[in-house]
Amino acid sequence: MSEVLSQEVAAGRSGAARVMTSRGAIMWYLVLAVLVLLSLVVPGFASPRTAGFLLLDVIPILMIALPMTLVIITAEIDLSVASTAGLTSAVMGVLWAGGMNIYLVLLICLIVGLLAGAFNGIMITAVGLPSLAVTIGTLALFRGLALVVIGDNAVANFPRELTTWATSKIGATGIPVFMVIVLVLIAIFAVVLHLTPFGRGLFAMGFSKEAAEFVGIDVGRSKFYLFVATGLVSSMAGIFWTLRYSSARSDNASGLELAVIAAVLLGGVSIFGGRGSVPGAVAGVLMIGIINYALRLQRISDVVLIIVTGTLLIASVVGPSIFEWMRKVRHDRRVHRDLTNPAKSSTSPAS
Amino acid sequence: MALMRNARRILAATAATTALALLAAGCTTPAAPAPSASGAASSSAPAADRSITFIPKQLNNPYTDVVLGGGKTGAQAAGFAKSNVVGPLEASASSQVSFINAETQAGTNVIVIAANDPDAVCPALEEARTGGAKIVAFDSDTNPKCRDLFVSQVVAKDVALIQVEIISEQIGGSGEIAILSATANATNQNEWIKFMEAELKDNPKYKDIKLVAKVYGDDDDTKSFQEAQGLMQAYPNLKGIISPTTVGIAATARYLSKSKYKGKVALTGLGLPNEMRAFVKDGTVTEFALWDPAQLGYVAAFAGKALLDGTMTGKEGDKFTAGDMGERTVGANGVVIVGPPTRFNKDNIDKYNF
Amino acid sequence: MNRVWSVLRWREFPVAFALVALIIVTYSVNPAFLAAQGVKDLMLNATILVILAAGQTLVLVTENVDLSVGSVLGLTAYSVGVLFAVFPGIPIIAVFIIAILLGGVLGAINGLLVSVAKVPALVITLGTLYIYRGINNAWAGGKQYFAGDRPEAFGDLSVQTILGIPLITLIALVILAIVAIYLAGTRSGRDLYAIGSDSDAAKLYGVPVTKRIFSVFVANGLLAGLAGVLYASRFNSVGATTGDGIELQVVAAAVVGGVAISGGVGTVVGAALGGLLLTTITSSLTAMRVDKFWQQAVVGVLILSAVVIDRVSSLRTTRRLRVSEARNV
Repeated sequence: MSEVLSQEVAAGRSGAARVMTSRGAIMWYLVLAVLVLLSLVVPGFASPRTAGFLLLDVIPILMIALPMTLVIITAEIDLSVASTAGLTSAVMGVLWAGGMNIYLVLLICLIVGLLAGAFNGIMITAVGLPSLAVTIGTLALFRGLALVVIGDNAVANFPRELTTWATSKIGATGIPVFMVIVLVLIAIFAVVLHLTPFGRGLFAMGFSKEAAEFVGIDVGRSKFYLFVATGLVSSMAGIFWTLRYSSARSDNASGLELAVIAAVLLGGVSIFGGRGSVPGAVAGVLMIGIINYALRLQRISDVVLIIVTGTLLIASVVGPSIFEWMRKVRHDRRVHRDLTNPAKSSTSPAS
Repeated sequence: MALMRNARRILAATAATTALALLAAGCTTPAAPAPSASGAASSSAPAADRSITFIPKQLNNPYTDVVLGGGKTGAQAAGFAKSNVVGPLEASASSQVSFINAETQAGTNVIVIAANDPDAVCPALEEARTGGAKIVAFDSDTNPKCRDLFVSQVVAKDVALIQVEIISEQIGGSGEIAILSATANATNQNEWIKFMEAELKDNPKYKDIKLVAKVYGDDDDTKSFQEAQGLMQAYPNLKGIISPTTVGIAATARYLSKSKYKGKVALTGLGLPNEMRAFVKDGTVTEFALWDPAQLGYVAAFAGKALLDGTMTGKEGDKFTAGDMGERTVGANGVVIVGPPTRFNKDNIDKYNF
Repeated sequence: MNRVWSVLRWREFPVAFALVALIIVTYSVNPAFLAAQGVKDLMLNATILVILAAGQTLVLVTENVDLSVGSVLGLTAYSVGVLFAVFPGIPIIAVFIIAILLGGVLGAINGLLVSVAKVPALVITLGTLYIYRGINNAWAGGKQYFAGDRPEAFGDLSVQTILGIPLITLIALVILAIVAIYLAGTRSGRDLYAIGSDSDAAKLYGVPVTKRIFSVFVANGLLAGLAGVLYASRFNSVGATTGDGIELQVVAAAVVGGVAISGGVGTVVGAALGGLLLTTITSSLTAMRVDKFWQQAVVGVLILSAVVIDRVSSLRTTRRLRVSEARNV
């Protein structure tokens, strides 16, 4: 932790320079480069259709990645997001099939998400349980409740206007209308994390919970809000999923949590907490989404997709580790040389 | 050492310049691929360029593999330039959608699909149709309004009746039976089960047979195995199991043949001769049914060709030639039947190799 | 009286109690539940989960986790299918050895990345979960090997019983005993608990942390390989999706059995009981004709209860230690 800070202090970057060379920014450059490369190399990739299909595929992961970024920055984790989405979908299906007004159904689904998140939040902050263990439990519990609620059935006859709206695109650009909502979400989370004291407090919590408490940050309350937000956004993702496929099933969004975490980690968020950015996480999601989409367009088997995701994930965490190790080796060697040959050494420590 | 400190800056700057350069290059190249990509799937595609893609319910399924083999032969015989197979590794409704979208984008002319969920794939299929593709459903139907034609292996009712008949013969006309199906939403499964239930209720010959349970193995071998186990535990007086899915019947046969129920609980359904041979020989299964799955794929390919050529539109009464299989007529609701089912038992099972 | 209280304080007590209670309740509703076939099925179903849970315990105790066990199981199970198909006369013991070693190699890769690169095991094993699954898919494609492709004798391992206990379950019990003795009785085993409690302190104390963590992942890989072989014996088909998703069940089994995710506590026996409990729930619900849809929800509640119990007991221990320290001063 202190090595990171000293590196940045020693490098003396600030403001725009630090933003432009940060891990998140590098991810964005790579995303753009990959996009352009694929447009040239893969036939049919550069078309409004891509924007539409790709973004529709990526929207649920993108949405959930936003609160997940904040959660991981505070050194917690939430594995139950996909199950919350699935539970929302099941509730939506059952209530709609029961004849309730669709807008009331949507409202209830959002409340379900809030409650799910609050449950996680209470277990983690008030009772004080480790988030990994709790969310493994709620992963099973919420998915189980989804099964209890809807069983083996699938509800498919959602109102036409809503399902068409969920997949409709903005004019000729091919970008889904729903992206507007997603962009608003991205803006909200980015502003909260990077431009508010609350957000800075989250970074502090990730670095050191005790230090944050000493400084006066209410760690428990902040984390509680985060988990509630995660639950809410997960239910929104569940609603989108249901409307997009026009199908409410108990296994909707199954396995999504691992994809979200992989993407977020790829985007530069550190699993130890205290580091990361919303733009970086968004870039991570897009990177995996774009590569997957291009490979699928070429009818390359899902097999390769899976291996690529795994390798990217490992490379993204092992890479910095290796860089750190190399830096440390050079530093140690230099210190050793300076100590054994005091006459030759330069006095500046930051050379 | 200054290099190390500046390394990140240099890396970032290089990445940024590369990205910008490529972006500029990309912008100046006219996005010519775009219009032709979206318009390539018009039905006036020259015969030499035609492509057909098969999207089965899932990939790792031996039954599906036979169907796809027949489809490939059929596609070649029907003159398609390219024939592809894509699909999810697990029978899931939403994953088929991404594959359909990719095909739409690639401009495939004919999409042949076996739906995991009749409605979930509809919006994607309709978008494919707007792009000019012809949609043939096979094996498991989609909602009729989003496909041009449905190729069914057999008359659904016949399949259901045969299985009920076989199980009745084997349990002596009375007793409790259960059904071990695939996924809860598969169209073909639900259709067969519906006919079976109606037959059991209405036909006086079966009045002493009671259907006590329907369980779903999701066409997953392990899950089907465990469901079979569960059935025997929950209903110890069970006398027969019908499993109208090749994965389910194989898993159940494996469970029964290694348990004390072998020979005491009758098992029938739809199975592949190669998978079931061992169980027929050791007495776990006396008789089961199926058809030749390869014919299904074969006819579907030719149906796609006929739709593309314009020789038929998929409405009732239309006729088309299905290569070696002769002329086929479209029945009610846009359904084409391939042929009658076959019963397999130890007398004839060695004659088949699929 | 004190003796009774100390039994109640065993970490394994809640899960043992839950298991016994469940069996009793189910039996009273449906006596067929404990018929010979039923008990045999229970044991067979639990065997694979128990072996995986034992391996996972080793990893969890050192404050790591291994999410790739499902993919490792899939790869080793498929390799068993391939071996029997490609070398028809191959002795069964050779297949065991090769598959177990394959599991060990896969585990070693995990161990190397975790212990040397100092990256959290959660992330590494998440990545290898994807990569190993991808390799499995690439290798197997749509192909599956069925029970008929394997020799009768191999499949019979899941059928033959000694004293009413299936052979593969006996193998699992032996493994369990070995690992339990290792963890509780040997120096290197106890080192694992030290590493999980406070790895920096352990390092200062002289525990070879890197070596231990590496060997723990290798051991888990070996056990997952064994589980893969037994899976191929028990179930009909092995292919690209074998073992998909089992990792969360394994971690759940361990957690329910009293092994804390934060490391440093828990025993293999507890994890085994947790695995047995989870598999029994499925059978119980079916036997009681309760809607099987409740099963997952019940598992979720069990996990949460286990975590709460763990927290409560650790709070109690901390308070007791603090009080006793105060008193001794």
